[in-house]
Order: sequence, then C-alpha cells, then structure tokens
Amino acid sequence: MLRISDLHVSVAGNSILKGLSLDLPAGEVHAIMGPNGAGKSTLSYTLAGRGGYEVTGGSALFDGEDLFALDASERAAKGLFLSFQYPLEIPGVPALTFVREALNAQRKHRGEAEIGAPEFLKRARAAATMLKMDFEMLKRGLNVGFSGGEKKRMEVFQMAILEPRLLILDETDSGLDIDALKIVSEGVNALRGAGRSMLVITHYQRLLDYIRPDRVHVLAKGRIVASGGPELALDLEREGYDRFEPAA
Amino acid sequence: MSLITAIKSGDAARAPGRRDEAFRWTDLRGALGTVPAVTDARQPVGDGTAPEGVLLRRHAAPVGSGVDETLLTVKAGETLRLIDHICAGEGAYVRDLALPIVLEAGASLIRLVLVEDGAEAITYCRSDVTLSSGASFRQTVLAGGAKRQRIETTVAHPGLGASVELNGAYIVDAQRHTDQTTRIAHSGRDGASRQLVRGVAADRGRGVFQGLIAVAEGADGTDARLKHNALLLSDRAEIDAKPELEIFADDVACAHGNTVGALDEDALFYAMSRGLPLEVARRLLIGAFLGEIVERIGDADLEALGRAFLTRRLEALAS
Repeated sequence: MLRISDLHVSVAGNSILKGLSLDLPAGEVHAIMGPNGAGKSTLSYTLAGRGGYEVTGGSALFDGEDLFALDASERAAKGLFLSFQYPLEIPGVPALTFVREALNAQRKHRGEAEIGAPEFLKRARAAATMLKMDFEMLKRGLNVGFSGGEKKRMEVFQMAILEPRLLILDETDSGLDIDALKIVSEGVNALRGAGRSMLVITHYQRLLDYIRPDRVHVLAKGRIVASGGPELALDLEREGYDRFEPAA
Repeated sequence: MSLITAIKSGDAARAPGRRDEAFRWTDLRGALGTVPAVTDARQPVGDGTAPEGVLLRRHAAPVGSGVDETLLTVKAGETLRLIDHICAGEGAYVRDLALPIVLEAGASLIRLVLVEDGAEAITYCRSDVTLSSGASFRQTVLAGGAKRQRIETTVAHPGLGASVELNGAYIVDAQRHTDQTTRIAHSGRDGASRQLVRGVAADRGRGVFQGLIAVAEGADGTDARLKHNALLLSDRAEIDAKPELEIFADDVACAHGNTVGALDEDALFYAMSRGLPLEVARRLLIGAFLGEIVERIGDADLEALGRAFLTRRLEALAS
C-alpha cells in the first residue's frame, strides 16, 4: 500500500532523512521506533505533505501513485491520515462541524455525494460512544480547552469518521495516562482490518503493548537500520538505541 | 475641515486629508479629486426584510454626492434592536452619513451596522452616541471596504450603571480600504466598556483601526478594555492600528492590545491534512477568526444576518 524508496528529505537546508526505504503492505501494522532526532516526525510530516519538508531524492508511492505529486488535502482524500503528536486548536470551529466539512471535502474530491446531517450525526454518536467521549464536547471549538488525552481521542474520533486506508500515528501515546492510552488504543485497534495499513511511530515500546505491530523498524540517523518482528521492540526497550547509533 | 463642507461647497480641499492627524490613514481629500454634484436621486431603497421587532434602516447610496443626518432616540426604559444597512451603489459616489443616537435613562440598544460599498465609493459614516445613566449600548460594525470607507463611533459614557460594548469586523481585498475609528469618553465613576475589533486584509486591501479610550478626571473605577486583532493575507496588504488610552483619573483599570499576523500555518496544514483544500481551509480559519465577532452581537436574529454578511464577503474574497 505504501512503498518508500531511498527517501531523502531536508528541512531548512539540513538533511534529515538519508535514504529511507520501507514497504508497508495492505492490512499490516508497522511500528517505527527510534531515538530523538532520528527523523520520525520528519517522516510523518513529509508523508502527510507539510510545507518546509523538501524531498531531495527518492519516492513514496501510495497504491502506486506518487504521493509527492499531491498536496496535503489530496493525500487525505486518497485515504492518508496523520494523527498529530500535538493536535492543533481551532477556535470558532465546532469539532463536529470541522469533521463534517473534512469528510464532505474528501467525498467531493472522490466524486461521491455529500453526507447528510442525520447520517453524519449517527456515525458521530457511535464513534463518540466507542471512545467514551462526551458528545457535548464535540460542539465546542475543535480541541479548544481539551486535555492532552481528549485531543488524542479527538484524533481517533476523526479516524473513525473519515475511515482512511493509510494511518500514520505520530507519537500517539505521548501525554496519555494508562486509562486514556487503553481507550485510544482500543479505538485504533477497532479500525484494523484487511484494507487498512498503519504506521505507528513511537519512542517507547509501551504503545506497542496495546497496538500490536506485524513488523518493527528502527529509524536512526535518517535511515531504517534494522527491521524485525514484534520482539525487536522488546529488545530495544531492554538495550536502548545505542547499538544503532555508533559514535560518529 | 469636514467632508460635509467639502460636499456642500464642491471644494475637495475642504475635506480632511492625511495631514490631519485623525485622518492620516484615511485620506479623504486625496481620494476625492473633484467632488461629484449633490443630488437627491437615490438608488431605489426597497423594503428590505428585517426580523420581527427589529428596526431596519436602509441607507441608500447617492448618485454623485450625498449628505444625510438622522437622529435616533431610544426612550427611557425602552429596548431596541437596530440594523443600519449602509447599502452599496453604483460608481464613484461620495457620502457623509451622520447617525447620532441618544439613549435615555435605562434604555437598551443592540445595533448592527452592515457596511457595503462599491469599489469606487467614498463613505464616511459617523455616530455620536450619548448614554444616560443605566443605559446599555452594544454595537457591532461589519464592513467590506471601498475606495475610502470610515465608520466612526463616539460614545459619551456617563459611568455607573451604563454599559458599552463596541465590536467590529472588516474584510478588505483588491484595493479596498476601510477604517473603524472609535472614541469612548468615560466621564463618570465606575463605568465599564468592552471593545473587540478583528480584521482581514488580503491582496492590496488596507484596514485601519483607531480606538481611543478617554477617562476624564474623577472617572475613578473605570474598567475599559480594547483589543484589535488583524490578519494580513498578502505582502501588499496593509493594516494600520492605533489603540490609545488617555487617562486623567487615578484609580482605573484600562487595557489595550493589538496584534497583526499571518494566518496560522500549522492550523492551515492541520485542516488540509484532514482533506480540506487550501482555499476551503483558509476560508474556514478566516471565518472562525471573524466569527467570534458575530457571536458577540448579542441577539440570535442579528447574528444570523451578520454571519450571512461575512459568508458572502468571504466567498468573494480575492487572495
């Protein structure tokens, strides 16, 4: 579903990703682990299409299509979803309005009919119930006054409504206590399925106890330096990242 | 030196211009060239439709130049909702519109001023508002710019028991200009006033905000807050802002704030990453920014009209 080949990315003239390659087949969940500064966030922002991330080499294909030929909204309409480490607050736009606008913009881009209010509300209520969210909260400004845990739940809420096929979870566990982590993970796990792939980017192994990956990759100094099964995450937790970061 | 004398005498040199401190950012003299002839011919006004219980005044644009003055008095203890719709006309018209308001003791007025003009128009609208004790005045000005456009509000605040809220929003693009100038004079003790003005300047648009809070000697206990926030959407757009406090009393709480910035790139990316195309995401964020002004109008019927006005203007916005 996602094939990244020899990707090089610079930010403000600094080379961050230096030949990253990764193959994520449909229906699989892959974890990317790595120390601070390895390029984890650069990878997620580059895939999602944020400005300021300059692709200087390599490619990323999403269902065979060149991801970098599309802007961020077109990538979303194709089914890519980035769950932010620090979701933004948008005062004055009720959370429900925002998600509905986003859904209909995606549907319009795909040539599908807009979804009506009753059907949308039905889906929204179901998603809120699954995530144990107060529905009244969704009528307030998007993420305004939300706690860290509530913001992450709001991200999963959007995933549940938008039904993306390729999910990138950027440090989804940061700022979550154990209860919130469980709820968020259950929400993510409910979305796992044959047609959907996930890239779980995390610093700690903890999240992977809840969202079990099929494969684990180690990202260090801008490249994938090791890949393996779920047991690789446990090795990392025990031994740290030092062996992948030889002194320069 | 006023626009009225310039219109009545046909002499543009008698209009205030950029050498006059209060008009340095809104040069009426320079914009005038020659003064079009005064005429009574008007655009047809039509009925307009106002929500029930709302007084709607439609101020038609003149053909050529026009001068108009209409006094409104809200009687003691009465409550009124008012829309002043300053309607657009054709071509290069010039108008001076004086809309003084008197609020008697305990009277309450919610006023929405919708300002529409053609691109070649010069509109100067001023309202002197006098409040008696216990009166309440809540005004929102929504303006879309013209060749020169100035909406001026001066409020005499008697202090205790009276309340004043002056809010406004503006959107300018192309080569449009708009100016919201306000002066609140606190003369009595323990008066409170609140002010929030937000604006957006795109393309080569220019927004001006001048807000003065004057607290007279003896007006102790005054609590006055004034804030202006603006978004600059292009390199060629311009915002000029001058919030001012003039305080001659000892014991007061007054504050003013002013910010001018670009649209939040992070929020824009966030919205786009959810599937909103760039232009849709921009309008969503701008609409939310200005929407907070509409939410302060203080009346559901007027808020619906204000929201519709902003939406229309946003949809026409050139980037």
